[in-house]
Amino acid sequence: MIDEIAARFPYWATAALLVVGLYGMIAKRSLVKQVIGLSIFQSAIILFFISGSLLEGATLPILYSVHGGEHANPDDFVNPLPHVLMLTAIVVGVAITGVALSFLVSIYREFGTLDERDMLDEMRK
Amino acid sequence: MSETTASALPLAAVLVPVGAAMLASLTTGRWPNLRDAWATLAGIAMVAITVVMLTDTLDGRIHRTVLLELSPGIDIALRADPAGMIFGLLVSVLWVLAGVYAVGYMRGEHEQKQTRFFTAFALSIATVAGVALAENLLTFVLFYELLSLFTYPLVTHRETETALVAGRKYLAYTLSGGLMLIGATAWLHVLGVDATFQAGGFLDGAGLDSATQWGLFVLLAGGVGVKAGVMPLHSWLPSAMVAPTPVSALLHAVAVVKAGVFGMVRVGVFVFGAALLDDMGAWLVLAVMSAGTLLIASILALRHDNLKRRLAYSTISHLSYIVLGVALIGPLALTGALLHIVGHGVTKITLFFVAGAIHVRTHKENVSDLDGIGRQMPITMGSFALASLSMVGIPPFILFTSKLYLGWGAVEVGQQVFLIVYLVSGLLAAGYLFPIVIRAFLRSSPDHTRYGEADVRMVAPIAVTAILALVWGIAPDLPLGFFELASTVADAAFPQSVALAGGTP
Amino acid sequence: MEQQLPAFIVGAPLLFSVIVPILGRKWRQSAFVISVATVAVAAVASALSLERVLRDGTFRYYLGGWEPPVGIEWVIDEVAAVVSLVVTSVSLLVLVSTRRWAEREAGDRPGVFYGLVLLLLAGLTGIVITGDLFNLFVFLEIASLAAYALVFIGGRRAMLAGFRYLIIGSIGGAFYLLGVGFIYFATGTLNMIEARQLLVEAESTRAVQVGAVFIFTGLGLKMALVPMHLWLPDAYEHAPSSVNSLIAPVMTKVAAYAMLRMFLSVFPPGYLSGAVPVADALLILGLVGIVFGSVAAAGQTDIRRMLAYSSISQLAFIAVGIGLGTPLALAAALLHVVNHAAMKATLFLATASVRFRVGLQRTHNLAGLGPRMPLTMGAFAVGSVAMVGIPPTAGFFSKWYMVQAGVDQGQWVVVVVVLLSSLLTAVYLFKVLEQVYLRPAKPEPSAHHDDEHDSPVDSAPQPAEQEAIRPVVERAREAPWDIWVPLVLLAAATVILGVFNVVIMEHVLLPGVEVS
Repeated sequence: MIDEIAARFPYWATAALLVVGLYGMIAKRSLVKQVIGLSIFQSAIILFFISGSLLEGATLPILYSVHGGEHANPDDFVNPLPHVLMLTAIVVGVAITGVALSFLVSIYREFGTLDERDMLDEMRK
Repeated sequence: MSETTASALPLAAVLVPVGAAMLASLTTGRWPNLRDAWATLAGIAMVAITVVMLTDTLDGRIHRTVLLELSPGIDIALRADPAGMIFGLLVSVLWVLAGVYAVGYMRGEHEQKQTRFFTAFALSIATVAGVALAENLLTFVLFYELLSLFTYPLVTHRETETALVAGRKYLAYTLSGGLMLIGATAWLHVLGVDATFQAGGFLDGAGLDSATQWGLFVLLAGGVGVKAGVMPLHSWLPSAMVAPTPVSALLHAVAVVKAGVFGMVRVGVFVFGAALLDDMGAWLVLAVMSAGTLLIASILALRHDNLKRRLAYSTISHLSYIVLGVALIGPLALTGALLHIVGHGVTKITLFFVAGAIHVRTHKENVSDLDGIGRQMPITMGSFALASLSMVGIPPFILFTSKLYLGWGAVEVGQQVFLIVYLVSGLLAAGYLFPIVIRAFLRSSPDHTRYGEADVRMVAPIAVTAILALVWGIAPDLPLGFFELASTVADAAFPQSVALAGGTP
Repeated sequence: MEQQLPAFIVGAPLLFSVIVPILGRKWRQSAFVISVATVAVAAVASALSLERVLRDGTFRYYLGGWEPPVGIEWVIDEVAAVVSLVVTSVSLLVLVSTRRWAEREAGDRPGVFYGLVLLLLAGLTGIVITGDLFNLFVFLEIASLAAYALVFIGGRRAMLAGFRYLIIGSIGGAFYLLGVGFIYFATGTLNMIEARQLLVEAESTRAVQVGAVFIFTGLGLKMALVPMHLWLPDAYEHAPSSVNSLIAPVMTKVAAYAMLRMFLSVFPPGYLSGAVPVADALLILGLVGIVFGSVAAAGQTDIRRMLAYSSISQLAFIAVGIGLGTPLALAAALLHVVNHAAMKATLFLATASVRFRVGLQRTHNLAGLGPRMPLTMGAFAVGSVAMVGIPPTAGFFSKWYMVQAGVDQGQWVVVVVVLLSSLLTAVYLFKVLEQVYLRPAKPEPSAHHDDEHDSPVDSAPQPAEQEAIRPVVERAREAPWDIWVPLVLLAAATVILGVFNVVIMEHVLLPGVEVS
């Protein structure tokens, strides 16, 4: 059991973070905590991509010997694409978090609270 | 066999009422006389078009319009074949009369929203013409569904709570029927069957297995059976009688329900065909259901005091005459059924017209209030008496001729049971119609109000339809060749011109 | 020039979504004009692309000139071209028709409002034409972000709805990204066409199946597939009128299109049945959703909420088509994407038009409006009839082909539910039509606890809240021409799309699903 978890550690870590994030978004009444949950959720996916492109003993994908005419062996390099993708994903994530936080500012100005249940009570009045 | 010629006339028969509807809605209530004239003018134009097509149809030249492809491989196509011509002629002739009558009625009753009424009325006629002339199943379904839609505002015209409830019921029933047809049509298309109506049935020889045949039969017969008022699918019809009387008269005695029974003719003769109905044994199911309907509805008609309701149940009963005629799968029975479409149309419209005229003049709706009305409205009630005689099947009225063929057809295929059903139902018709005539003429009126005849725009159509019931009874071919058309259909459907084994006893 | 068409479809809205807010600060009127012009350019570019695809077949556009696998590829096939045309042209009509609403609702910052609208469109068209899995994620999030913000500006109630939409929508996006990760690690490519080729050659592994499940969950959330629909009714009901007429017809539809694209271009058929029966799951959820959405819609009193549930039902219909997976079913689903965009835009715009004039949105308060707003309500009636699926309107034909596909596959449940959905749709739409045409105006608002929200708004006739509704209805006039012209055009489109459906089916949709 433990061996199995250790062998696929990145998967389990990702799964655990996803669950934590989902829990935050679904179970928490505070809107701020929901946004935090969302951030954790997105981070888990970013970690998943990065860990998936991990290659033992490989180095940065920069061709040191390009001028020497030597053919490079792809196995010596870490796959750069997931890293680049994750840069974009981080930007998307930041944008979402930013929009969410600006929503929270407006909501607080309007309702004077960031608690979901209080908001619903307020709206029923 | 007959040849087809490409022609715009079938399309014109559909578009003329559409044009009338558009003109009526543009003219609006500002010029009511002009608005109401459109319907009559269009009706006359439509009669002219159908008569032109008729002469060619009788000569074996079938007019055909192909419009556009509605679904890959299926066109919207209209064809003036003999069966369709019977229905198309009937509708166009009665539309002229009902159009005149409706003007008198709507003005006499001071009905609201007359523009909407006349627009929807004309659109309904257009879709009925489409149902009559549809060449294939999808075109048929297209117009059949539109008919449900355009008659909805007519059923709910009064806008009372009862009318709205009746409208919902009407929509629920007719839309369900339409969905059954859509399902069957899609199924046929997937099976690769070319669903173009053919005398003798396009399914005959299509090589389908028994379960598929039965599934299609239930969907198709159920789909058209809703509008044909076959029990237990009939209950929308009495409810829909809340509509203004011209609607009940034209649509719920002639157009809508006849679209249903005409659909039954299409399904029985042109989709399945005699041989297949006989092989499957489906004719028996249809025959037993329609025989039950026609007896039960006749008995129910006896119980109703409200004149329009009584006529509604009478309609349900007579529709099943036709369905039974189709189910008996013999050439004589089919001829009788087609004649019955015509005969019942012209007879029942008279009865409904009279009910409306009485209502406009006296605001009476119940049979028990009609004592002595015959002396005050002699032409109206005289027509009612003539139509009642026809309804019961007294010679020489048209319904005598059609019932004669129906009964003869039952004997021809060796099903004397159904002959008895026809005879009993005729007696019951006498039971629910003659008392009205007797009350009207032989009893004296309890109140001393002098009512007098209704507006001439109502009385004239009543007299004309009553006389037509008599004229067509004496000479069904005069002048529109109904009998010749009906026997052409029967000959095509039963090429051997001998009765098939249609239910060997 | 012709080769650069995709840049106009996506690039023009993207570029001007930045420019419009800047210009809009100084010249407020410019925001609307520039936005409409931009969307018109995108629509024309889509039409030209469609014409080109029909002439020369599918064409590809390499972003920045980099060819795959290095660069990002945009692929315009028949399906993408037609959906992009529908999205841009429907948006164009909606934008024109809701200009007066936007003036009210965008407040003093029309530039920001129209900037967001353009951003939304850039995202949506991007989703439609991209041929790259990760690029699709980016566009999906761009469109979603704009949509969250647009919903959010609808006022008090819209705030919570918008926030929830953001949370759920972001979960959907994240799930999709996670699924893409699995696909990427299994195949080593993000290009849809290459991924498909590699997946066809390779065996279906566990990782790919898990990835498929994540992708479908993510897109299911975005397209509000039952039971992932909870965000949608609130968002549609409370969103500003200028926004829900825009996002209801196109936003979820594009998510559904993305789902379909996964079937068409990424996963080979065998992958989605068997061990992880994604297709069957879609089919079942779709069937449940059709019934659930219609039944829930019948129970609503707010017309926008009713239409929102109706959308859930219609999207479920598309899901059924995807789940069936035969070319005919996929074409039927795509036809419904097109048809439903036109029908729902008609219904939402008519609702917006009514609210503009009389400020009423409860179905039972609309009585007597039919003759007073003939064009608006006529368009609503045509849209309703099309939704019910009476031939020859557009709605009939998506059902017609779907029933055929169901019969063909022996899926009788599908046949029955699809046919039944017509009746269920008739229940809630004819309820409205009955009010509008067949009942006299109510003398007073019926006692309903929520009716305080049904008082006429802003510049419309302004009675006190307690005042009777009847005088409002009786004073009602037809909406201004710039509201009803687009509305009538859309209503006409629902009929024209139906009558000429064969042209779309035979030349565009059926070849589109065959090729891929």
